[in-house]
Amino acid sequence: MSDNKDHGGFFDTGWRPSGDVHRDEDGRPHEHPGLQEDVGLGVRASRALAMHELLVEKGVLGENEVEEAIEAWSERVPSNGATLVAKAWADPEFKKRLLEHPKETVIESGFVPEHNADVIVLENTEDVQHMVVCTLCSCYPTALLGPPPDWYKSFSYRSRAVTEPRKVMSEFGLELEEETEVRVVDSNSELRFLVIPRRPEGTEGWSVEQLADLVNRNSMIGVAAATEPGTD
Amino acid sequence: MTFSVGDRITVKDETPPNHHRTPWYIKGRQGVVVEYIGDWLNSETRAHGGDGLPKLPMYRVEFDQSYLWPEYKESASDKLWIDLYEHWLIPA
Repeated sequence: MSDNKDHGGFFDTGWRPSGDVHRDEDGRPHEHPGLQEDVGLGVRASRALAMHELLVEKGVLGENEVEEAIEAWSERVPSNGATLVAKAWADPEFKKRLLEHPKETVIESGFVPEHNADVIVLENTEDVQHMVVCTLCSCYPTALLGPPPDWYKSFSYRSRAVTEPRKVMSEFGLELEEETEVRVVDSNSELRFLVIPRRPEGTEGWSVEQLADLVNRNSMIGVAAATEPGTD
Repeated sequence: MTFSVGDRITVKDETPPNHHRTPWYIKGRQGVVVEYIGDWLNSETRAHGGDGLPKLPMYRVEFDQSYLWPEYKESASDKLWIDLYEHWLIPA
């Protein structure tokens, strides 16, 4: 796409002209002076672009607000949550604070909860397995885990997580003992839940960085176990 | 704050026309309060342009999975936790 200085490529559809020449759908090259950025955009992308321009023009959105929001999203990744979990595994004092004062501890650790949402941290043990779902929509601790995966938002997960949680977990590779209590946590209020998975055996004395590599995203939703050492 | 930890409650079986975040599968069902989790802005009025005030008490309520789902075959010890505003709860 030609240099798109006005829109910063927010609505990049992945469409690329062959060479620098725009082509019609039937492949004929042509020129659209002043309109080249829009050539190749689908109806919805064009509409979004037009709405964005109008919102900026009317002063509803700041000039760079969308870009800044996209930038902020890029900092929301599962390694944020993994760092917290690894620190909690390595340092019992930190774990206590994370469980008792989760939001403060998350902020102290340099993360900014989305929409100023509260964060609750739940610890999985031999006795209890917490598994998080949002049956009504897709509430998710994005500041700590990034955008939710598609399966988390799917109707299938949102219904099966409450009606057959153990079967769902087994599909993620986690077979629980019958004695382990499953607590399905339906997250649909102002609170967001982060799960501390069980620490894998054989990781005594590991550094926070080494431990963080074992904390996969799904284990922090509670549908899977942390990664076993040596299987990464 | 009306309820205490350990209280048995019934979730109101109502479907008001406004936005609400009480899913159907616990409406009319009995559970136990496991925690008072503070007062929160009312999402039911915020969703319609209101400021969500006054804040309302919210409780974490536990339900037995095998009670919620008659077909539930997984384990008798399994539970469901959900956070509910006080005005959805009545003493059981």
